[in-house]
This record gives sequence, structure tokens and C-alpha cells, in this order.
Amino acid sequence: MVEIFGIAVSMDPIWLTLEVAGWTTLILLLLGTPLAWWMARLQSSSKIVLEALVALPLVLPPTVLGFYLLIILNPNGYVTEFLRLFGFEGQLTFSKTGLIVGSVFYSLPFAVQPLMHAFEAVPQKLLDAAATMRANAFDRFFTIAMPLSQRGFLVAATLTFAHTIGEFGVVLMLGGNVPGETRMVSIDIFDHVESLEYDQAHLLSAMMLIFSLCVLMLVYALNRRFGVKVG
Amino acid sequence: MMTEQTTHYLRGRLQLELGNFKLESGEFNLPMQGVTVLFGRSGSGKSTLLRAISGLDKNTRGELSFGDELWQRGKKSLATQKRHIGFVFQDAALFPHMTVRQNLLYGVKRLPKGIEAADFDEIVGRVGIADKLDRGVNFLSGGEKQRVAIARALLLRPQILCMDEPLSALDWRSKAEMLTLIEELVAAYQIPVLYITHAPAEVERLAQNIVFMKAGRIERVESLQEALSRADSPLFDDEGAVSVLQGRIESEERGLHPVVFGENRLWLSEASTADKKTVRVRVLAKDVSLSLSDPEHLSIINHLSAKILELIPEKKHRMLVRLQLNDGQKLFAEITQFSAERLGLEVGQELFALIKSVALTE
Repeated sequence: MVEIFGIAVSMDPIWLTLEVAGWTTLILLLLGTPLAWWMARLQSSSKIVLEALVALPLVLPPTVLGFYLLIILNPNGYVTEFLRLFGFEGQLTFSKTGLIVGSVFYSLPFAVQPLMHAFEAVPQKLLDAAATMRANAFDRFFTIAMPLSQRGFLVAATLTFAHTIGEFGVVLMLGGNVPGETRMVSIDIFDHVESLEYDQAHLLSAMMLIFSLCVLMLVYALNRRFGVKVG
Repeated sequence: MMTEQTTHYLRGRLQLELGNFKLESGEFNLPMQGVTVLFGRSGSGKSTLLRAISGLDKNTRGELSFGDELWQRGKKSLATQKRHIGFVFQDAALFPHMTVRQNLLYGVKRLPKGIEAADFDEIVGRVGIADKLDRGVNFLSGGEKQRVAIARALLLRPQILCMDEPLSALDWRSKAEMLTLIEELVAAYQIPVLYITHAPAEVERLAQNIVFMKAGRIERVESLQEALSRADSPLFDDEGAVSVLQGRIESEERGLHPVVFGENRLWLSEASTADKKTVRVRVLAKDVSLSLSDPEHLSIINHLSAKILELIPEKKHRMLVRLQLNDGQKLFAEITQFSAERLGLEVGQELFALIKSVALTE
């Protein structure tokens, strides 16, 4: 418990939230980059299907996503059984790992879309030119496509992090409300309101509001600054 | 510079479909020597063929080999980065996040052992970008960008240098400078060039061989001389038939520059390229008149003795006369059919060609 402005709040949900958001961002950058690159270079009509699938978490009620994940990741399900083959212990639901897995799905569009748009803006000609100078596909990606897409990476990372911090539905469905293990800030606020602890709810809400505003301002600043420089 | 002077052939047949456009090249066997121009209207498939040859498009099918290297067979193709070619794109395609120097060294760093890059300082100096090495490429003019692109390709000492309309994005002054530069580089480094253009003037200036393309097919492959000796040559635009004569330039006399071919000589009033020995001179057929005797009392000073090879009637009562000069080069004259009858011209007849104006090709 920490006292801020004379109000006692538990810091655990805040640390947990930051940790989950950090991991989610890292994982999504690693997985989202190849996916976004592949999608950006795809010319067939299957791209439409993929784009729709990636965008799904934007329109789906988080509870729906959470519900399906709960079913898929349940302790007796195939996914967990499969992981046990590799020595995985514990479970994916109602645990921190599960929260991160859920967040990865929930925040997928926020990583993939900015990356994909950045990759699409890399002129094919530059990649061709690199190929004529003996750069192979990986080389071309790391030396041409990635540096020219740095704005996309910054936007993707910031949005993913911020969006994960604000998630509620998926967390509640998949993680429940285990103090210290799965109780994130958004749920903590919900709890406080339920218990009529408006002071704590006020404090956490205000922190979230200020944080979100700062993140958005950062994103727009990056957009402006790097929008001019690159391209 | 010492290079083996054996000519390698680029041979095969290539197919590539892009949306509605279909490239179906037909068999070709091109000697990679000097500048080979891919010529045709826009949409004729020049760029597509060059991309297919470079291996830049995965959907390319067919056969392609260069010398004894196999570059394409069916769906299998050797990756572009292993073909050891250089490519200069229409708008340079410099990497915007790098300086000029970084652009130039991008390929050099990736050369495998055993292949040595060309001398950096020499190329940079010759291409004229030595003072711009540490600039960002976005601060270069169009002409400067294209120079960097050419240097970047030349540094790798490619087996073939591909150039896709390298001048089309430039203003006329840069165009003229770049043409001169390309001409010098080709002569100096002896790298075979595949050059795309739809400008006859560039063809006349640079080409050794011409690949004529139409509707995704290679129509014919000819030497420049062959292409220019046809009355219906696609190289002739609204100025009518053109001849290109190759000669040796000699030192200035009475403010004029003599160009010598065989026993003939032409007098040029301007010759900008003083350091060159061989020059190409462009003569419009309509600037050539014919005379049965060598006229002395005439302001026109360029008189060449010639023999009639062919009389080709044209539209609007014009007559195209194909002549052979005494060193074997061909020259077109365009006169009226009335004049031809009055002079009683016939094939085999010897006469004099009077040239009103000549220009060095540029």
C-alpha cells in the first residue's frame, strides 16, 4: 500500500499492468513484424481476409474474444496439453501468462496495422536496387525496409503498450481478478467503484487519463516529426 | 583496363505476366558488347523484359542464360543478388536514409571475396560527385542523383549494367551531360550495357545493337547501322529519315572541325567533345541535297561523293535516296520525285551529296 494525496492504494495492479503491457509489446513487435511484412508484400486477394482477421479485435466485444480464449486455453484443452509436452507447468487461464497471451490477441491490430502501413510505403524499387547490390531478403529487410519504417515501429510500440494498459474485458474473462496475479488497473478501478471506494477510483482513473493523453500526444508528435523526415 | 574481351551472350526466352500485360519475348540471343538498347513505345514491354532479365520479378518463367551461367529455367531462377548485374533505375532509387557515400558503399560491402570493387576515388571523380559524398541524397538534384546511381552500380564492376530510362527524369541540359558521361563510361570500363529508352536521339548516340520491342515481344534485333538503313525504321520520328555517320575528328581549321570518313570529310562548326577521337554525326535526310557534279560555287561546304543504292518513293511526291559513301557508310537523302526525274537518278549512279547542316549526336 502506498499513500498518494492521502489516499491508500495498492501498487500491485499498476506494476502488473506495466509488466503485462511490456511483455505484450515486446512479443507483438517480434511476431507482428514478420506478419505485417508478409501482409504488406502480399498481392493476392487473401490479403483482404488477413486484414479483416487482424482487425477483428477492434470491433469484437472484448468479452467475446475473452470467452473464446478462455475456451481454447482452458487447463484441459489442446493448447495447454500441447505445452505440457514441453514441460510447461501451471495454467494459461487465470494466470499472468494467460493475461499476456490474451493481450497479444487483443492488441494485435495496434501492432500490425501501423507496421503494415509503414512497410507498404517502402518503395519496391529501393528493395530491388538493394537486390542488385547483392543484398538478400533478410539483408534488404534490415537495412532498407526497417530503417525506413522506424516511425511505424514507434507508433506500433506506443499504441500496443497503451492499448494493453487499458484493456478490461479480455482480462476479466481470461484472468479474472486474482490480487497480485491478474488484477490489473482497469479491474482494480472497477473493484473500487463496486466497493464505493471513490477516492481510490478517482486517483487511478486520473492516472490512467493522464497517461493515455501523454501516450497519444507522443504518438502524434512522432507522426509529425518522422513523417517529414522519412520518405 | 584489362578485361577479357570475349563477348558473352544473353540468350533465352522469357515470359512474365503482370496484370493485363503479357511479356512473351520469343527467342533471343544478344551479344553483350557495347550498348544494347531496348527500344519501343511505352507499354511495349521494355522495362518488363529488363526486370525479367535481372530476376527482379518472381513470376518470370522461361529460359535465360548468360555465357555459361544459367539464370532461369522454368520456375527456377537465380536470385538477382547472385547475377552480378548493376541496375540504374529511372529515378535513381537511392536509399533516402543514407548519405551519398553510404549509398555507394552499400554494394561494395556485400561483394563476395574474390571480386574486387572498382577504384572508389576514380569512379567518384569521373562521375563528378567527389564533393557530394557526405550529403544526404535528398539534397541532390535529379542529375546528381542519377550520377550517384551510376557510380553505385559501376563500383561493383557488374557483368552487365542495366539502365532503365536513366535520363527520362532529367531536364535537357542534364540529359546532354549525362549522355556524354554514359558514353565515356561505356568506353572506359568496357561493361556491356542494356539500356532502355524511347528516344531515338539516345539510340543514335549510344547504341551498338538495338532490340525493337512491340506488344510484349522482341520484334527484331539489329545493329544501329542496319536499323538506320531501313526506310521504315522505327527510329525515324516526325523529322523523317536520319543517318548516323561515324568518323574521326581532327584538329580545328579555320574555325571549323573536320570529321573524316574514308576519303570524305565533313566540316562541323561546333565540336564540344574535343577529347574524343571517334564521333557520331547525325544527318537528317531532308538536309541532304544531290548534285551530279561536284559544285564549287556554292555556300554549302559539305560535299561527299556517293553512289545510289536504292530509290524509295515516299508519300507527298517525295523520294528517299539511299546512298553509300566510299567508306561503306550509308546516307539517306530526301528529295522530291520531280527532282529525281529531272536528274534522271538510277541505282548504281555516282554523284555528290550536299549536306546543309550536320550535328554531333546528342
